[in-house]
Amino acid sequence: MTERAATLTLPQLIEQPATHRSWLATLGRRKNITLGGIVLVAMIAIALLAPLIATHDPLKLVVQDRLQSPNSAHLFGTDTQGRDVFSRVVYGARLSLGVGFGVSLSVLMVGTLIGLLAGYFRRLDTPIMRVMDGMMAFPGIILAIAIMAARGPKVENVILALSIVSTPRLARVVRSVVLSLRETQFIEAAHSVGCTAQKIIRSHLLPNCVSPLIVQISFIFAEAVIGEASLSFLGAGAPPEVPSWGSMLNDSRVVLRQAPWTMILPGVALTLSVFALNLLGDGLRDLLDPRLRRR
Amino acid sequence: MLRYTLRRLLLTIPVMLLVATAVFLLLRIVPGDPAGVILGSDATEERRLELRRQLGLEDPLPLQYVNWLSRIARGDLGQSIFLNQPVTSALLERVQPTLLLTLLASFVSIAIGLPTGIIAARWRGSWLDIALMGVAIMGASIPTFWMGLNLILIFAVFLGWFPVAGYEPLEKGLWESLRYMILPAFTLGLASSALLARITRSMMLDVLGQDYVRTARAKGLAERWVVLRHALKNAFIPILTTIGIIIASLLGGAVITEQIFNLPGIGRLLILAIGRRDFPVVQGTVLVIAAVYVLINLLIDLLYSFLDPRIRHA
Repeated sequence: MTERAATLTLPQLIEQPATHRSWLATLGRRKNITLGGIVLVAMIAIALLAPLIATHDPLKLVVQDRLQSPNSAHLFGTDTQGRDVFSRVVYGARLSLGVGFGVSLSVLMVGTLIGLLAGYFRRLDTPIMRVMDGMMAFPGIILAIAIMAARGPKVENVILALSIVSTPRLARVVRSVVLSLRETQFIEAAHSVGCTAQKIIRSHLLPNCVSPLIVQISFIFAEAVIGEASLSFLGAGAPPEVPSWGSMLNDSRVVLRQAPWTMILPGVALTLSVFALNLLGDGLRDLLDPRLRRR
Repeated sequence: MLRYTLRRLLLTIPVMLLVATAVFLLLRIVPGDPAGVILGSDATEERRLELRRQLGLEDPLPLQYVNWLSRIARGDLGQSIFLNQPVTSALLERVQPTLLLTLLASFVSIAIGLPTGIIAARWRGSWLDIALMGVAIMGASIPTFWMGLNLILIFAVFLGWFPVAGYEPLEKGLWESLRYMILPAFTLGLASSALLARITRSMMLDVLGQDYVRTARAKGLAERWVVLRHALKNAFIPILTTIGIIIASLLGGAVITEQIFNLPGIGRLLILAIGRRDFPVVQGTVLVIAAVYVLINLLIDLLYSFLDPRIRHA
């Protein structure tokens, strides 16, 4: 270290504190990933172990117990139908995560494929990207609501609607990576040694898309969680009997004055998971995209 | 500029056509017969066929498509099944709350987001910066509807400063109407003000690292003027784009906000129409929202190229 410092010129020496700060900042971002990861793992655990954690049957209506404030039997009170708020929030994690994973997986497959095709085959580029533009001409939630209106309240349809909303953005990212790679020498070299298009896409282009894909998917996951809750809140999401944080919040809206506790836990659960997923996404982006590390 | 404007306008036509096509296809992805879905299982066969004719479902598909395009080109969005009125007049009746909400929310998000971002950039790395940006990241993670419920709980239920929900039209007096709109406007505007604050901060930091800012400082200019005159002016174009994107995104958020506060706007109309499976209203509402969204994006592009001539000539 001292040896290197000796060879540095004066302006470089003045720059030193900056590198020191960026090292600290990098550590801070790793903390983002760790914190986000812990919350995500905790959510997955809660969703998987829901029957063990929940204190009551989330679906059981006990009308005489309705709108109880938090007590020893019902830690976070009961809702308008006498269902236990805590147990419903625990089971709600299943829907949130299920939709999040379902949307991420389908967008990852379909969006990547579309992006690779549009980026690699010039003739497909314009038609595919125009259709994507058309889909992006809707505000996301409006497109999702419209699809739900047509398809009806089912969990599969929620996944379908939110996937359709998120696919164009991922396709665009993949396409732009492929476009910039297409003209590079190693792709040209692959061409000239006789690689087929399939081979080039699979073993040269796809691996280079991995880091932007990881970053995008973590944000798409977060958006899917918010999207599911928003649709359920609007009554255009999963069927009413499935415990969902969004529909719980919509129910609590009506009884806000008498039973404010019904809105606390579902809101905290939703906000915390979205916050964790955003942290994870921010952290991954900083880690995997060096161009952004300086900020 | 005129040439660029015309070119951008022309480019909007295919996008609008795609939007219209997507909304047309909406009725085709209904599982089974849309008329049957609308009427429910206990409708007579006769009534179902009549509705199919009314919706134009009996025509061959290409003809349906051409009819649909020519109808919306003439500004006819069809007839609502439940409201007994044309979709366009149903939309017009409900446009005021939505417009007012979007406008006020834009104002809230700019009035909070812009100064926050500038202050955070000016005192970069300070506790103030860290605290403000921490709040901004948190704020961006709080879903609109939970934010809204919290605001209602604090400011309407506990403090009683504002009504819990509902709407008074502007005709009843500005203040009376605003009293009902303040909480919705903050609900919708706060989340995007967090986004705006983050973007403003990072744009300002980019500019504050430039040579001409160093020059301005070197000639002894007060930091306040360096930040406001030299830095903000140059960072303003990308910030303006963000503001445009935010206003466009508020359109989607307005639907949710109207649901929280029971505002009788276009979003409420859409949600009610879904519940009643009033497909013409769903299609019309979605089409109009998407068209406005496209137009706002067009305006952003035009404004951007007006302010930064490099875009036009690229």
